[in-house]
Amino acid sequence: MEHASAQALITPEIRAWIGRQEPIGPLEVTRREIVKYALATEQRNPGYLRGDEAPPMFLYGLMFPLVPLDRLGPDGLARRSLLPELPLKRVMAGGTRTRYHRPVRPGDVLVGTLTLADLYAKDGASGPLIFVVYDLHIETADGAPVIDETQTRIAR
Amino acid sequence: MPRLHELTVGMQIPSRAHTPTNVSLFLYNAAIWNPHRIHYDEIYTTTVEGHPGIVIDGPLQGDWLTQVVLDWLGEDGRLVEFEYSNRRASYLGQTLTAVGQVAAVDPGAGTATLDIALTDADGQVLTPGRAVVQFERRG
Repeated sequence: MEHASAQALITPEIRAWIGRQEPIGPLEVTRREIVKYALATEQRNPGYLRGDEAPPMFLYGLMFPLVPLDRLGPDGLARRSLLPELPLKRVMAGGTRTRYHRPVRPGDVLVGTLTLADLYAKDGASGPLIFVVYDLHIETADGAPVIDETQTRIAR
Repeated sequence: MPRLHELTVGMQIPSRAHTPTNVSLFLYNAAIWNPHRIHYDEIYTTTVEGHPGIVIDGPLQGDWLTQVVLDWLGEDGRLVEFEYSNRRASYLGQTLTAVGQVAAVDPGAGTATLDIALTDADGQVLTPGRAVVQFERRG
């Protein structure tokens, strides 16, 4: 699968980022935030629509940093702190794999750790691709695990 | 509501179609605070990033896959594992249909595994996924 040509995109400087971590939170979850998410995603479960409990993928929004608008790039996105400068610039979501331990409810205070778990390149059908893999662990402030997730982002 | 002992491998779960609009994509990206212009700025999206149109968010498709499972499951269980992979981009104007079928049943553990996917109007798989659900211990 991996070819030397694409693999050469992962320089030692880029590879050195693997294993770096940053803390997440504390983040206080509000009912209004859950209801907005539930409406925008066309949920049908009344508990989600009332905001009693968050839909499973509600926490995806945690990945987006809250920064002043003058720190957003020309594509609109904030530069992630946990991402090296890559030779490929167009980044899209690639997918996630999640284990759910406990539902998220209004009033929860969440903390966690984001780890840059892997960086690798492959030759795709229309050119090289760089895969950026993050491990996300979220728990409540008193230590109850909420999710463990692996997220993949693809630069092309 | 499904019962674990009634499930058989290959059994289909009810599908659901989604046709996102400019407004629904705007609200979704506002809700998760995603400012990426490929989800609302058509000129930028086509001329700078080279897409044929406004891009439907990959994680929004993931959310729809969780819903097709959870709406089928109802109050009888909970989602314990879920994964999805955005294999092909999809664009504003498309209708995406979430489909699923039972892939495995483990009566001992009280779990079932479902293969799920979002498909386009031609039935082509855009976003495959897999979910494991834990049933309540009553049958």
